[in-house]
Amino acid sequence: MMTFAPLLLVFLPLVAAAVSFALPERLSSWRNAANLGVAFTKLLVVAYLLNATEAGLVFEWRYEFLPDNDLVLRLDKLALLFVTLSVFLWLMTTIYAIAYFDRGPNLSRFFGFFNLCVLAATGVAMSGTAITFFLFYELLTLATWPLVAHKGDDKSLRAGRIYLSYTLAGSVAFLAGILWLQSLVGAIEFAAPPDLTGIPALTLTLIFILCIGGLGVKAAIFPLHGWLPEAMAAPAPVSALLHAVAVVKAGAFGIVRMIYDVYGIGTVADLGLGLPLAALASVTILYGSVRALMQTDLKKRLAYSTVSQVSYIILGASLIGPYAVIGGLVHLVHQGIMKITLFMCAGALANRMGIKAIADLDGAGRLMPVTMAAFSVGALGMIGLPPVAGFISKWYLGIGALQSDAAWVVAVLAGSSLLNAAYFLPLLYRAWLLPPPADRPAIRELATTRDRMLILPAAVTALVSLGAGIFASLPFSPLAWVTLIAEGGYLR
Amino acid sequence: MNLLGLLVAVPLGFMVAALLLRGSGRWLILAAAPVMAGLALWLALLPPGTTLLVGNWDLPLGILLRADGVARLMVLAGALVIGAIGLHALVDPPGGNDGGAATAETFWPLLYLMWAGANAGFLTTDLFNLYVTLEMVSLAAVALAAMGSLAAALRYFMIAMLGSLAYLLGVALLVANYNTVDVTLLAQVARLDLATVMALGLMTAGLLIKAALFPMHGWLPPAHAAAPAPASALLSAIAVKLGFVILLRLWFEAFPAITGSAALHVLGGLGAAAVIYGSIQAMRQDRLKPLVAYSTVAQVGYLFLAFPLVAGAVEPSSAWAGMTLHGVAHMLAKAAMFLAAGLMLKAAAGDRIADLGGLAQAMPLTVTAFGLAAVSLMGLPPSGGFTAKFLLLSAAIEQGAFLYAGVLVVGGLLAAVYLFRALSACFAPLAGAGPDTASRGPVTGGVKAVAPLALAGLAIVMGFAGTALVDVSAIEVPWATPTVIQPEVAP
Repeated sequence: MMTFAPLLLVFLPLVAAAVSFALPERLSSWRNAANLGVAFTKLLVVAYLLNATEAGLVFEWRYEFLPDNDLVLRLDKLALLFVTLSVFLWLMTTIYAIAYFDRGPNLSRFFGFFNLCVLAATGVAMSGTAITFFLFYELLTLATWPLVAHKGDDKSLRAGRIYLSYTLAGSVAFLAGILWLQSLVGAIEFAAPPDLTGIPALTLTLIFILCIGGLGVKAAIFPLHGWLPEAMAAPAPVSALLHAVAVVKAGAFGIVRMIYDVYGIGTVADLGLGLPLAALASVTILYGSVRALMQTDLKKRLAYSTVSQVSYIILGASLIGPYAVIGGLVHLVHQGIMKITLFMCAGALANRMGIKAIADLDGAGRLMPVTMAAFSVGALGMIGLPPVAGFISKWYLGIGALQSDAAWVVAVLAGSSLLNAAYFLPLLYRAWLLPPPADRPAIRELATTRDRMLILPAAVTALVSLGAGIFASLPFSPLAWVTLIAEGGYLR
Repeated sequence: MNLLGLLVAVPLGFMVAALLLRGSGRWLILAAAPVMAGLALWLALLPPGTTLLVGNWDLPLGILLRADGVARLMVLAGALVIGAIGLHALVDPPGGNDGGAATAETFWPLLYLMWAGANAGFLTTDLFNLYVTLEMVSLAAVALAAMGSLAAALRYFMIAMLGSLAYLLGVALLVANYNTVDVTLLAQVARLDLATVMALGLMTAGLLIKAALFPMHGWLPPAHAAAPAPASALLSAIAVKLGFVILLRLWFEAFPAITGSAALHVLGGLGAAAVIYGSIQAMRQDRLKPLVAYSTVAQVGYLFLAFPLVAGAVEPSSAWAGMTLHGVAHMLAKAAMFLAAGLMLKAAAGDRIADLGGLAQAMPLTVTAFGLAAVSLMGLPPSGGFTAKFLLLSAAIEQGAFLYAGVLVVGGLLAAVYLFRALSACFAPLAGAGPDTASRGPVTGGVKAVAPLALAGLAIVMGFAGTALVDVSAIEVPWATPTVIQPEVAP
């Protein structure tokens, strides 16, 4: 189990992918069963691993895929944080996707690539060397493209094209950065950060810019974020996935690895790279919020909100203080759970009542109370109201900023929270307090075609984001786990 | 006769049998594919230093066959690729569109002729013998190209003749100058004089034509694009590689002391230009097969871009491996792509990229094969193409050759632009104006997609076997064995 646990986590989605690709469309119930079965099994494996890893075990598997370049899958606490998030949210999205698509066309293909996406995301989380990370990072790019282009209409194909041009250009920069650094220090292992002494500061800075620039495309840092709002052309489950856990998080996670496990906070501080990155993240946070405020389309507003929220993680990582790191990393989890709730709700609203524009939301709370309740929890969490999880992130980020003598960050956080409130509260006002337009179906009519599985996942994630806030002090809460990570080495 | 001889003799035997059996000769591939794959695998696993003196005549009179790393990998990849192309031609006969039985019949002897010629070329160290193999392969290639377009084939023939003449002239100069044309012997006695430089220049020019390196590539796109899919696959995967391998023998084995760094950078620069030019041309194509053919022009560029990187490296084995593996990965991926493209065009409304709409739904396996091959050609992980690019890019960065590094990086992006354009078109819905699905004839079943899928799968799997492949490529590299190999000759 010690060596094979990481392999098992990678192998399981491969099984689901193979089954999905192989089964013809008409055997959809078999396909669904396989997908759900694998997702559940994975959750069980992760539960076991959480226990074992908390006790101090580290699972590792390596394979020399090129001379002096090992493929390493390593389950440390940080890896497991991301793995757990992705495995849990994947189960939710799978349930949601099955209900959302019902019996649409090309679902074998969809679920096949969907599972390859999981595989890539778990691989990104578990990568123990820079080159392994790159491998899975690229696989993620490739596996996501058919999902973005899934509908096959002009808009989706355009979105796919834009997505690829951004991400492939980014990964090329990232690869050049990795290879440049490798030519100076040899293979880069995250568990044993390379010795960078003696390398000119200019070289290190350039490599840092290449790597962070490459990763920043997926993390949607301003001005590299252009692909994300376009990718909204994808079906709702894909958007949920892209924004919560798969693509944007892989970028953010990579940036955390670069700062802490490749350069090390000492070097980043010496080179003076933390502050510019924090400033860029702050600009992204404010810019994303302002753009979100300007949108009239619900999904577009949520998309720009993601641009803004993901940069909290980067802000936390680049401030280089214990509380800031905790705030950033815990936001990796919190933002994922809250954002997936919002997107699944938005998809349900569109699917059931054809609501796409914000102006159509009037009275939605009366017609779809559970969906809108879940949406409200997510929205309040994004604003940062206690007791929803988002509050914890912002609280720690704020304290961390003060610790790092960057009081201006508190102003950024406050300003962003105000903007968040400005673009989320009107939605809640419309949904709960305004009457529905006359042409909406009556609630009784809607009830006859209700599909509980379309609403259940969002309800669960909404409850979890409440729970993550209320029970933040209990063991195995995201905050407790992140604190464990921070104590275990990120405070060096 | 030992294994090395069998690798040449067996395909020749099959060629004769195919000629004699005429129509039913096509079934021979069922025997030839596994036999040749077995022989090639055996070759790859032989202990280093295995050689054969044909006819037991000692050097310099005899002909030496020798299995170095490049030969092992090329012969093995060639066996897999040609075997798969042959098996594919059983279910998707070349020229079957017009019901031309004659063309379908001529395909088989040509396939075996090219197989024998390529194997002999990869294994031989004798420059005159290499001329013979070059002619065997060119002859087969021209005839295969003629199956598609007589005009393109005629043009190819003229240019190929010119290349052969230049090469032969060079060989003649060397004979006059050194009394030997064996690469391993030349390495010992080579001296820098006008005749040698002229010979090397002539031979290089001739071989660059055969390898279709920019700007000597003009004959390739029309010939490769017009031929039936299995023929195109043979032309792009095998025919251009032989010129490249002979150039390796000349530049790194026979005359490493003479080839100056400036000359190497000329080759490298042409390679870089080929990558950029071929990619831009591929982006400009409206039709699928010319797009794939121009991609070959670009991919050949990488092989030569690697020349200065190998020569300039302190520890050349990783750049050498990158170059060799790029050749192998391109063989697998490009053959897969041509076969898949052939199937796609038969199912599509027309031969334009815009006509590919709906194919992702109609023939998912074939489109998958195309996609996997594209991943390797773009150099994205995990694939043989990525492994090769990784090694070459590392070498370029280590040497501070940022121009070459930039071309490697940009070339991959350009490949993504043109290949994803084709893939993206497959995802589009059926074109409204085009004929509906029913009138397109039966959509190909799964069995036709097996060969392209297997080849593309191999190109991907190569990405996980990097260490083993790098080890094989390092067998008897030129700089490790500067002295001539003395084979044991039976008394």
